[in-house]
Amino acid sequence: MSDRRLEVDALTKRYGDTVALDGMSFDVRAGEIFGFVGSNGAGKTTTMRIILGVLAADGGEVRWDGVPVDHETRSRIGYMPEERGLYPRMKVGEQLTYLARLHGLGAAEAAQAVRSWTERLGVHARFGDEVQKLSLGNQQRVQLAAALVHNPEILVLDEPFSGLDPVAVDVMSQVLREKAAEGIPVIFSSHQLDLVERLCDRVGIVRAGTMVACDTVERLQASGGEELLVHAPAAAEDWASGLLGVTVRGRENGRTVLALAEGADDQAVLAAALATGPVTEFARRRSSLTELFRHVVSAETHTGETASTGETGK
Amino acid sequence: MTTGNHQSGQLSNVEAVRLVAGREMSVRLRSKAFLILLGITAVAFLAVPIITKLAASGPKTEHVAVVQADAEYGRQLEGLAGKLHQKVAVTVVADQAAGTAAVRDGKADAFVVSHGANGTQVTVEKSLPDSLQTLFSFAGAAEQGPPPASQQVHATTLEKTDPQQGQKIAIAITAGLLMYLILMTVGQMVAQGVVEEKTSRVVELLLATIKPWQLLAGKVAGVAVVGAIQLVVPGVLGLAVGMADGQLSVSLSASVGSLLWTLAWFAAGFWLYAMIFASAGAMVSRQEDLGGVMAPIMMPLIAGWVVAISILPGNPQSGLGEILSFVPLTAPVLMPMRWALGVAPVWQVLVALALTLACGVLVLRFAGRIYRNSVLRSGARVPLREALKAA
Repeated sequence: MSDRRLEVDALTKRYGDTVALDGMSFDVRAGEIFGFVGSNGAGKTTTMRIILGVLAADGGEVRWDGVPVDHETRSRIGYMPEERGLYPRMKVGEQLTYLARLHGLGAAEAAQAVRSWTERLGVHARFGDEVQKLSLGNQQRVQLAAALVHNPEILVLDEPFSGLDPVAVDVMSQVLREKAAEGIPVIFSSHQLDLVERLCDRVGIVRAGTMVACDTVERLQASGGEELLVHAPAAAEDWASGLLGVTVRGRENGRTVLALAEGADDQAVLAAALATGPVTEFARRRSSLTELFRHVVSAETHTGETASTGETGK
Repeated sequence: MTTGNHQSGQLSNVEAVRLVAGREMSVRLRSKAFLILLGITAVAFLAVPIITKLAASGPKTEHVAVVQADAEYGRQLEGLAGKLHQKVAVTVVADQAAGTAAVRDGKADAFVVSHGANGTQVTVEKSLPDSLQTLFSFAGAAEQGPPPASQQVHATTLEKTDPQQGQKIAIAITAGLLMYLILMTVGQMVAQGVVEEKTSRVVELLLATIKPWQLLAGKVAGVAVVGAIQLVVPGVLGLAVGMADGQLSVSLSASVGSLLWTLAWFAAGFWLYAMIFASAGAMVSRQEDLGGVMAPIMMPLIAGWVVAISILPGNPQSGLGEILSFVPLTAPVLMPMRWALGVAPVWQVLVALALTLACGVLVLRFAGRIYRNSVLRSGARVPLREALKAA
C-alpha cells in the first residue's frame, strides 16, 4: 500500500448568504475506505463536487499525493454523482464506451473495459438496451460501471448504496473492498450507517460544512462512551430524568437508553429502576455509530440547520 | 489519438471535442426524427420541380389573338397546329389595342401584330412559348410558299424583365427557406440537447471529465454537421432535378455558387444561433421551460424570414431588406437571398459575413459564461443576470 493521500484542505464555499462549506478538512489514504456521513445539506455533495472540479471552491485546496488536483488528475478519478446521470436514450454499452473514451482510453481498451465491468456488475445482458429501459437498480449498476470503466486511481462515490437491493449492496461492497485492496483511496457518502460501520476503515462526520469527527470506527465508538440499556416495564416515561450524571438518549423497543457521564454511578440507576418495579434487563453497551452520529449532528442543530439550508441540489 | 496505454489520462482539446461531436452525430443521424425530416425535405425538393413540370407539360391549349383582318391566318394557324399535335385556340379581337389588352390580361398567350415577308411580329407578356415559336415560323414559311425557309418571329414583351428573374427568385426563396428552417431546427436541437444533459444530470459526470467549453463546442460542431447534411442533401437533389429537366437554366456554376454561399452562411449563422440557443438551454432545467427562453431568440429569425418572403421577391432592391441583410441575426437568411437575386455585390456579402462572424465571437464569450454558470444548476430558471456573472 502506497502512502499517497487525497487531502481535502480547508475548503470553503458560499452560495449567496448561505455557507455550504466552512473549512472542510480531511484526508483519505490510498487503500482506505472512507465513509462520509452527515445529515442532508451538511456539505458532503458540495465537497465531492469540489474534489471533481465540477464546482469551484471559494477557498482551500484539494491535493493528491501532495500536488493540487488539476484537470489531468481528475480524469483519473471515478465519480458517481449524487444525482445519477446517464443519457436515457443511449445504449448501455455505447454509453459506457463513450465515457471511457472521454477519460482517455483508446477504442479497443474502452471496449474491453466496458465488457469486463458490465459482466462483473451483472448488467452485460442489457448491453444493447437503452438506459431508460433498465430498472432503477440496474441503472445504478451501470452508473457504478461508469465510475469504474477507466480504471480510476481514486474513487469518489456520492451515496452509492441508495436504491440498491441487498444483492447489489453486496456486489457494491465487494467492489469497494477490492478497489481499496488495489491501493485506491475510496471515499463514499451514505446514510446507511450500519453499512458504513461494516465497510469503512475511517469515518468522517460532517455538520454545517465542517468535519466534526473523523476517526476509525472503533475509536469513534469508544469516544461516544458507554450506554445503559434498562428495561423496567412498570416504570413511568420519565423515571430516569432526575438522576445525577445521567442523560436519557431515548427509548428502544420499550427499553430506556441512558448515557452516563464520567463517574456517574450505574448502581444508583439500577436502584432507581428497581424502585419503579421489576427490571427485566440491565445492560452496558458501546455507543453505535448511529447514536454517535445523532449526538454529534444534533449538537447545535439550530446553527447547523440554518447554515446549510439551500445547499442541496445546487 | 493518444496511444492507448492504460493510464493514458487526459484527452487533448481536439480529441475531447471530436468525441463529443461524434456522439452527438451518431445519436442524431440514427434518430427517427432526423431521418423523417430529411426524407420530407428531400421529397419536397424533388417533388416541387417534378410537379411543376407535370403541370406545365401535357396538352395545354395556347391561346392566340388575331385582328379581324388576320382571321384567315388564324385558321391556318389552327390547322397547322393540328398537324403538329398542338392545341391552339385562335380568338379574333377588334383591334391592336384589344389584342395587347388580351395578352396583358392573360386571355391570350400571344397576339399576332403583323405577318408577312418581313417576318411575324407578336406581342407576348413575358416570353414566347417554344411551341408557339415553332408554329409561327412554320406558318410564315407556308404562307410564302417555297422555298420554305423558316420565318423570322419577333416577339415583343410587355413586361421588361430579366429572363432569368423567375428562376432567381425561386433559388432565392429556396435558399432563404432552407436557411430559415435549418437554423430553426438545428438551433432547437442544440438547446434541447443541452437541456437533455441537464435533465438527465449526465452533465455532472461529463464535466467531471471534460471542460465546459469542450462539451459546448463538441455539441455545436456535431449538430452543425447534422444540419449541413440536412442542407446539402435536399439542395443538391433540388438543383439536380431542376437542371435535369431543364427548368433551371441558370448555369451549373452559378447554382453550385449559390449552394456554397448558402453553406458559408449556414456556418456563420449556425455558429451564432447555436451559441445563443445553447445558453438558453443551459438556463432551464426542463424541456417544458425551453419554449419561454427560446421565443425571444427565434424572433429575429422569424422576422428576417417574414421580410425575406414578403418583400424581397417583389422588390429585390428593398432598402429594409438591404439593411436587415447586414444585421447579424437576420443576415444569415436575407443575405443569401439577396445574393441569389443578384442584387448584393460581393463586398456586401463579405462585409455581412464578417459582421456575423464577429458577432459570433462576441456571443461565444457570453454564451460560454452563461453555459458554465448555469449548466449545473437545476431547479428554477437561472436569471440572465446571474448567468452572466463572471465566474
